[in-house]
Amino acid sequence: MDFELMIGSFPKLLSATVITLKLLSLSLFFGLFIGLLFAILRMNKNPIVNKFAYGYSYVFRGTPLLVQIFIIYFGLGQIEYLRSTFLWVILKEPYWCAIIAFALNTGAYTSEILRSAFQTIKPGLIEAGKSLGIPNKVIFYKIQIPIAIKQSLPAYGNEIILMLKGTSLASTVTLMDLTGVAKYIISTTFKPIEVFIVAGGIYLFMTFCVHNLIKFLEKKYGYQT
Amino acid sequence: MELLAFGKTGWGDELFYATLMTLAVSITAMLIGFFFALIFTPLKLSKHKSLNLIGNFYTTVIRGVPELLVIYLFFFGGSGAIMFVASMFGYYEYIEINAFITGSFAIGIISGAYSTEVFRGAIQSIDKGQFEASKVLGIKKHIQFYKIILPQMLRLAIPNLSNVWQITLKDTSLISVTGLVEIMRQSYIAAGSTRDPLFFYSFAAVLYLLLTYLSMKLINKLEVKYSRGF
Repeated sequence: MDFELMIGSFPKLLSATVITLKLLSLSLFFGLFIGLLFAILRMNKNPIVNKFAYGYSYVFRGTPLLVQIFIIYFGLGQIEYLRSTFLWVILKEPYWCAIIAFALNTGAYTSEILRSAFQTIKPGLIEAGKSLGIPNKVIFYKIQIPIAIKQSLPAYGNEIILMLKGTSLASTVTLMDLTGVAKYIISTTFKPIEVFIVAGGIYLFMTFCVHNLIKFLEKKYGYQT
Repeated sequence: MELLAFGKTGWGDELFYATLMTLAVSITAMLIGFFFALIFTPLKLSKHKSLNLIGNFYTTVIRGVPELLVIYLFFFGGSGAIMFVASMFGYYEYIEINAFITGSFAIGIISGAYSTEVFRGAIQSIDKGQFEASKVLGIKKHIQFYKIILPQMLRLAIPNLSNVWQITLKDTSLISVTGLVEIMRQSYIAAGSTRDPLFFYSFAAVLYLLLTYLSMKLINKLEVKYSRGF
C-alpha cells in the first residue's frame, strides 16, 4: 500500500470530481425535460407519435451508452452539412457531446419512469378533477405531474446513480473527469489498487449522498404506504 | 454496403466475429456473475452480522462505483496481482493475462453484484411457510433448496435476471478500452481505417439492438416455461 500516493492523488481526483458533477447535473437537467416530453408523447393516442416515442426509448435503452457517445462525438462530425451550421460550435466540443449523449440516454430511462408513474395514477383523481370543472391543462399540471413526480422518486434516484456512473464514460472522449484522471494516475504510477480505493471512495460517497437525499425527499413528499 | 462485404474487401466477417466475441464475453461474465452470486447471496441472507457485512460490502461497492473504473482496476492490476501470487511460489517472469479473461472477470464481478441482489430478493419473497413445511416433513436441507426453493425462486428471478443480462451485455462494450476485439473495438478499428465513424458506430448500435432484441425473445420463452401453473 502506497499511502503517500493515495494522499497525493486525492486533491487531483477531487478537482476532477467537479467536472463529473457538472456533467451529471447538466445531463440530468436536460434529461428530465427530454424524459417528460417523451413520456407525454408516449401517452398520446396518435399511433405514429406513440411509436416514435417508444422507438426512441427502445433504441437508447437497448444500446450501450458508449456507442451513443461515439456516434455523437465521432460520427456527427462526418456530416458536412452540420459543420457549416452553428451546431458545430457545440458538437466539436467533447464536453457538450458527452452531455448531449448523457441527456438523451437518461431522457430515455426517465421517460419510462415517468410514463409508468403517470399510468399508475388512479383514474378517479382525474375524474374528480374533471367533475369539479377544472380544465384539462390545469389537471395535468396541478394534479398529474405532482403525483407522478412523487411516485417516480425511488426509481429516479436509481437513475441518478446510474447516470453518475455513466459520466465515467466521458473519459473515453478525452474529458478528464474523475475516472479519466484516475486512469491517468494509474497508467503513470502503475498503482491501480491505491487509486481505485481513492477514486472509488469518492464515487461511493457521491452515491451515498444521492441515496440519502432521495430517501429524505421520499419521506418528505412521498406516500407512506 | 460494400463496407460490410465479407472477405478482404469489407468489414462484414470481422464484425460478425466481433459480435460472437461480445456474446461469448457476455455469457462468460454472466456465468462468473452467477458464481459470485452463489457465494454472496447466502452471505447477505446469513444471520451472522459479520458475514452480512461482507455481502453488503460487495454489492454496495460494485454497484456504487463506475464499471469503467472496475475494468481499469482489473486491466492494470490483474497481471500485477497474478505476478505477485506467482512470485510467492518463486516464479518471477512477466505474466500477461488474456484480455478476454480480464474482461469477462471484471464484467462478471459487476454482473454478480446485480445477480446477488436479484437472488436475495427472490428468496426473500418466497413464503416462509414453504421453508417451515419442508422442515416439518423432514426434508434434508440441500434437497429442500434444489426441489422446493430453487424452482420457485427461478420463476421470481427470471424477469429481473433478464435485466441483469441486458446490463451485462451493454457493459461488455466497455471492455473495448482494454483492446479486446468485440463489437465496439472492431467498429473503432473499422471507423479509423475507412474514416466512416458514423456508419460503423451506427451499425454497432444496430448489432447491440439486435442482440438485446433476440435475447429478450428467448428469455420471454423461458419466463413462460417457468411460470407454468401460476
